[in-house]
Amino acid sequence: MSNPTTAAPVRGPRPPAAATATRRSPEIPRNRAREWATRAPLMPALIFLIVVTQLPFAATLVISFFDWNAFRPERREFTGLDNYRTVASDEGLRESILTTVLLTATVVIVSVVLGLLLALLLDRRFRGRGLVRTMLIAPFLLVPVASALLWKHALYNPEYGLFNGVLTWLGGPQPDWISDMPLLAVEMSLVWQWTPFMMLILLAGLQSRPLDMIEAARLDGAGNWQIFRYLTLPHLRRYLELGTLLGSIYIVQNFDAVFTLTRGGLDTANLPYTIYETFYNAHEYGLASAAGVLVVIGTIVIATFALRVVSSLFREEVSRA
Amino acid sequence: MPVLTLRAARIPLVALTAGALLAGCAGMGGGGSGGKTINVLMVNNPQMMDLQKLTAKHFTKETGIRVNFTVLPENDVRDKISQDFANQAGQYDVATISNFEVPFYARNDWLLPLDDRVAKDRAFDQKDILPPMRQSLTADDGRLYAQPFYGESSFLMYRKDVFAEKHLTMPERPTWQQVADLAAKADGARNGMKGICLRGLPGWGELMAPLTTVANTFGGTWFSKDWKAQLTSPGFAKATKFYVDLVRKHGEAGAAQSGFAECLNNLTQGKSAMWYDATSAAGSLEAADSPVKGKIGYVQAPVVKTKSSGWLYTWAWGIQKATRTPDNAWKFVRWASSKKYETLVGKTFGWANVPAGKRASTYADPDYRKAAGTFSEVTRKAITSARPRDPGVQQRPTIGIQFVDIPEFSDLGTKVAQEISAAIAGKQSVDEALKKSQKLAERVGEEYRDE
Repeated sequence: MSNPTTAAPVRGPRPPAAATATRRSPEIPRNRAREWATRAPLMPALIFLIVVTQLPFAATLVISFFDWNAFRPERREFTGLDNYRTVASDEGLRESILTTVLLTATVVIVSVVLGLLLALLLDRRFRGRGLVRTMLIAPFLLVPVASALLWKHALYNPEYGLFNGVLTWLGGPQPDWISDMPLLAVEMSLVWQWTPFMMLILLAGLQSRPLDMIEAARLDGAGNWQIFRYLTLPHLRRYLELGTLLGSIYIVQNFDAVFTLTRGGLDTANLPYTIYETFYNAHEYGLASAAGVLVVIGTIVIATFALRVVSSLFREEVSRA
Repeated sequence: MPVLTLRAARIPLVALTAGALLAGCAGMGGGGSGGKTINVLMVNNPQMMDLQKLTAKHFTKETGIRVNFTVLPENDVRDKISQDFANQAGQYDVATISNFEVPFYARNDWLLPLDDRVAKDRAFDQKDILPPMRQSLTADDGRLYAQPFYGESSFLMYRKDVFAEKHLTMPERPTWQQVADLAAKADGARNGMKGICLRGLPGWGELMAPLTTVANTFGGTWFSKDWKAQLTSPGFAKATKFYVDLVRKHGEAGAAQSGFAECLNNLTQGKSAMWYDATSAAGSLEAADSPVKGKIGYVQAPVVKTKSSGWLYTWAWGIQKATRTPDNAWKFVRWASSKKYETLVGKTFGWANVPAGKRASTYADPDYRKAAGTFSEVTRKAITSARPRDPGVQQRPTIGIQFVDIPEFSDLGTKVAQEISAAIAGKQSVDEALKKSQKLAERVGEEYRDE
């Protein structure tokens, strides 16, 4: 990822301490004191944050090195990296990694494309735009498990679901949606939930376009497609990246859809569901923790990219201001 | 606008995942209860919610013992109980455990044996508790470790009106072959009505429960007496093929995602003519607002080679061995599992809500019989004819009808159910599913053979 804007001079208040600590200046002591004066009020919050977030993670790390089955507590023992080896060699877990990648990639790509189309439509002025926008956002506001239940019963169910009801009315076939295309069924329900999220991000991007540039392009005789291709799309690149990364982080962790629609059957078990099964069904705390740690590491890798994109967006805003 | 170095934001992201993982690892230690208070951990089923409402007004008023309830969904409850009991932390004095956990909890020495208290307690009337219930809560050492709160077996439910229209007769004690023939005949009896509903949703407590009872009566078993896995043996394979064929031919659509809840829906919506499932389903089918109220007939679980094939399941009260107030804990258990409490529920919430299925006297009570007339006697018969120690045609290494009573079964059963569910969905053959399942079962069996 290139950052054309990083070189831009930064204005505004002084950057936080982390950036200045490396700078050696003669008046270090006074500066230090002042810096600590600004930091001090934040300390309780920071300590609280560390206690409630990092300690549990540290505990997970420790547990992941133990062979620990809840029903056999007397056999709990330190096994080093054994759990990680098991996770890497277990067929079910390996398959679930593949399923997770497939599920995440499909849902993100399709949601971004649909979200872009909807955002372009909503970017135009028409009567009732506000209402349409609200209606389009609605799926994203649903509780995930409620959305999954809605899809399972109200839409997919072959006996009393809406899809087959419409097909009956049209005299079409009566597919058994989830059994015939299990992973696709899960993906469809997730796409429906995540398209609005992508649409919102891209709409924000569209509305921050410099309109004078578009005017100028029009005067120079550029057509709609050319404007989209050479002005809008490059401007939207950052927003597309942001949507893709944030979406990936969330969808990698999706549990509700798989749990509700298929119970992990028919090769739809993704990593979070497999971890849940390992923890609650097999009671293998060590194994579940090891798999969890791996997911966290994977998520950190994705998140690092996401945060880079976000901060470059901020920098751009600042340089523009 | 300030520049944000967003490194700090990584922390919550990481934390969210870790936090979610560890949600179940919390709650270590904590103070036990002292004096006149006890802590009870229980599953969030409706019968338990009723109990919670009645406790302060009745139990605490009579005994002066305050009860702190912690109520959780089934999976979380299992997890939290094993946490607390494994460490003998004594945070909870009493917990709801099922007959699946009792034997190995007792083996782990986590539960307080109740024999002495029961023997001294004439009013509790232990003889009134149905024998299979007593047996399924008795561990290998012959001692009793829990008292049932309510129990269930499985039986066959069918639409009497549809059968009458189609001139079909349901035998009192049908065989599985008869049921398959009836399902074929009842298929399409009404618009959109299928012959039978059978669970196909993966899970050791979903698909695996009814299927294992079918395997038992076909002469199959999970393990031989000496822990050799038997999933590809003729009995188990024949039963699985029969079950999968029946549900694919005359069962509900979307069978691979249908569990107890979906089949209950199908029956109340008039989409199924028959249903083989838990006796506790009858309460919902006969509820005041049920469209099929009064139209359902009930008969014993279908059989092939055995006399009966109904399963046995009970939520029961176990007392933690490390409890500081065993006497108060027992007082609570004896109250919650008493005849008196059943009457109290009947008078307060209605007789259909009585936590039944554990006492002979419940089924002799005229009020209860009036409320649960059509299914009460069939339920009692199903429970009393269940044989948890000998549910099939060969000896077993553990107690249990619809499960193998080892901690590994929840995982093994679920994984096997996923394979068979895929066969129901037509993604693989039954033979393929069983071959994979046999490998999984062999791995578990080996561990026990070495012991």
